[in-house]
Amino acid sequence: MKKILGILGLLLAIFVVTWVVEPKFVSAYNLQNIIRWTSLFGIISIGVAFVIITGGIDLSIGSLIGLVGCLLPMLLAAGYAPVAALVLVVALSLAIGLMHGLLITRLGLQPFVVTLCGLLFYRGFARWLTEDQIQGFGSSYEGLRQLAIGKVALGGGFALPIPFFLLLLAGVLAALFLNRTIWGRYLLALGRNETAARYSGIQIERMKVLAYVLCSGTAGLGGVLFALDVNSVQPAAHGNFYELYAIAAAVLGGCSLRGGEGSILGVVIGAAVMRLLYNAINVSGIPTQLEFAIIGAVILAGVIADELIRRVASRRKAGRGA
Amino acid sequence: MALLAARGISKRFPGVLALDAVDMAVEAGEVLAVIGENGAGKSTLMKILAGIETPDSGQIVREGQPVQIGSPRRAAALGIALIHQELNFCANLSVAANLYLGREPQQWGLIDRAAVRAGAVQALAQLGLEMSPDALMGDLPIGHQQLVEIAKALSTKARILIMDEPTSSLTNQEAEALFAVIHQLRACGVAIVYISHRLGEVEALADRVLVLCDGKNAGELARAEVSHDAMVAKMVGRDVAQYYAHQAHPAGDIALQAEDLVVPAWPEHRLNFAVRRGQLVGIAGLVGAGRTELLEVLFGLVPALSGRVLIDGAPRAIRSPADAIGAGLALVPEDRKQQGLILEMTVRANVGLPGLRRYRRVGGWANFARQAADADQMIERLAIRTPGPAQIAQYLSGGNQQKVVLGKWLALAPRVLLLDEPTRGIDIGAKQAIYRLMEELAASGVAVLFASSELEEILGMADEVLVMHEGRITGQLQRAALSEEAIMSLATGKAA
Repeated sequence: MKKILGILGLLLAIFVVTWVVEPKFVSAYNLQNIIRWTSLFGIISIGVAFVIITGGIDLSIGSLIGLVGCLLPMLLAAGYAPVAALVLVVALSLAIGLMHGLLITRLGLQPFVVTLCGLLFYRGFARWLTEDQIQGFGSSYEGLRQLAIGKVALGGGFALPIPFFLLLLAGVLAALFLNRTIWGRYLLALGRNETAARYSGIQIERMKVLAYVLCSGTAGLGGVLFALDVNSVQPAAHGNFYELYAIAAAVLGGCSLRGGEGSILGVVIGAAVMRLLYNAINVSGIPTQLEFAIIGAVILAGVIADELIRRVASRRKAGRGA
Repeated sequence: MALLAARGISKRFPGVLALDAVDMAVEAGEVLAVIGENGAGKSTLMKILAGIETPDSGQIVREGQPVQIGSPRRAAALGIALIHQELNFCANLSVAANLYLGREPQQWGLIDRAAVRAGAVQALAQLGLEMSPDALMGDLPIGHQQLVEIAKALSTKARILIMDEPTSSLTNQEAEALFAVIHQLRACGVAIVYISHRLGEVEALADRVLVLCDGKNAGELARAEVSHDAMVAKMVGRDVAQYYAHQAHPAGDIALQAEDLVVPAWPEHRLNFAVRRGQLVGIAGLVGAGRTELLEVLFGLVPALSGRVLIDGAPRAIRSPADAIGAGLALVPEDRKQQGLILEMTVRANVGLPGLRRYRRVGGWANFARQAADADQMIERLAIRTPGPAQIAQYLSGGNQQKVVLGKWLALAPRVLLLDEPTRGIDIGAKQAIYRLMEELAASGVAVLFASSELEEILGMADEVLVMHEGRITGQLQRAALSEEAIMSLATGKAA
């Protein structure tokens, strides 16, 4: 809870500072953009949070988003019905997650290695498949594209993007899963201490596979939304680094890479901080070449502050125990 | 004047006062044995002397000079060396490299390999050890690894050698070799602080015995006074029979039976035994005898190579802990912090973990409210001392943590309870509580199989004892036939 308050404070601070520097920042158009992109990144961050909670990592998310982004327009162009195309790409994503999970649990390979190979493979495969030609939906499938670019008017000239509602749905489902089901409890337990979880009769292999399936599944869904949003998918670049944004959002939101810790709300706020920071750099006239440097510095400052606070708190706790 | 003395040393860990104004002194050319039950504070005291822990209060005096130790480096400079129970070495490096680890002689910024080798040859020769300095440390038998550690301590000019349970993993022959080295060192004026649970060994070696009980000095025995009974009486602070309060229960039907069970660590041995309802069966043996490996196979953590396990007369395929739990088994593992508990989770969540699926409703939804209520009841039943059920398990004392581990399993009402070192590292009060609980469970018809390194515990609690040696069951003793000598001779591989 304290972690969530901390990251929420950071979010507000960036918001206020940017507002003061550039008042146009709070225009309805700009805010809607931030919300839409936060929603898209929030969805993939929730997915990777499950893997991070088990103490694992998934580096293949961005490439999977690229692959799905290429496949969806291709399938549609090949004459598949939209629903069939969606089912196919999501099923492919789930299968990829299953494969990651099985390689990690059955063969005992390291998550970093397995998903790094995935990062390379899916990207290369997508580029070969498309011969590096830009993919898109042109001016057709406007109805389908509403999933990503549609809005729900709230009155007063403000409208909430449809992806926001998708994020809300995903977030509520994920939070219930993590906190109110025995499987969520098992994931948190095995992330903290795999041995003790095993000794308690928890089938840790199955739970881990489940986490990778959830992660790739949400990445696939995210891939669909990203593709619908941009409408021009460059096979070599679409989704590049998205896994790192998602991991950063999860870590900012309170997930420990050591596993066993994390809250869905925190992860969503973490994703919002990432997008807000990116937008703030763009609107406030800071040279965009500095973008990565600033994002990196802010995240580092955040985790340093968190670590220092944790140390003070544990020292105080130890003091009480004596 | 004492070569090294500790005066009024106190040390508190969260939830437990490990040492309470303890005094200790050791002279040059003396073997001082320090004994006490698990959790008596022996290891903490030794860690303080070796600079690994700092005392909260008290003074350490080196030949009349008060000193601050504070770090292992400082301890080494003062001539104090600790040989840990778990040996610390790099298995991938040679004996010579290990001897000089962290203090390699150098020339032109490179390790002077010739000097390392020559020094190693000399250090090994000093102890009369016939081994190559170029051998890989990891390839040596445990006994030799231990002797290399001693050689390393001596080559740093240690004058006070602290040995924590040095024989716990040695064969008889290796132990004899170690004793010969100890006699030799004593003759050279080295002070030796010797910690052991093996009272027979203490009787043979010690010039003086210091007894700790519950973190306090519980008395000292001079050479002439040292006897098994005198030591035990001082260690437990009361009559032994009363301490364990063993009662014979009518043994019921066979609850757990192993038929030609083959454990992967020792594929050449077949294990056969049975535990009846209401019986407390102990598994005795040296470190590395295969007790833990056997329990791990029974609980499905490691698959058996062959053979079968029958529960209540019916063969059960146990391939995972989930299968074992389904068959009515429960295991309180050896390492409470790593295997038994998820330290960062609450007491309530820990108690509920293995039985969580019983609280599952439609769609995987868990009824956490009912689980919490049941867990709170268990906390009360076991008298677990915690500020509240939402306390993080880490902050409980060892004894209460162990009760939490027991609580996890009692909530499932197991038919067969397996325990691995059930009272390791906990205080006397908690020990007695756990012994009472084991008795209660047996009385209620549970079959209890427990492995223990503490002979006193085996002698005090077991209706029947399986003695293991290098993966084999070398003997089965009924309560009437139990004695330390009988168990030790089987545990070291001699025929019954």
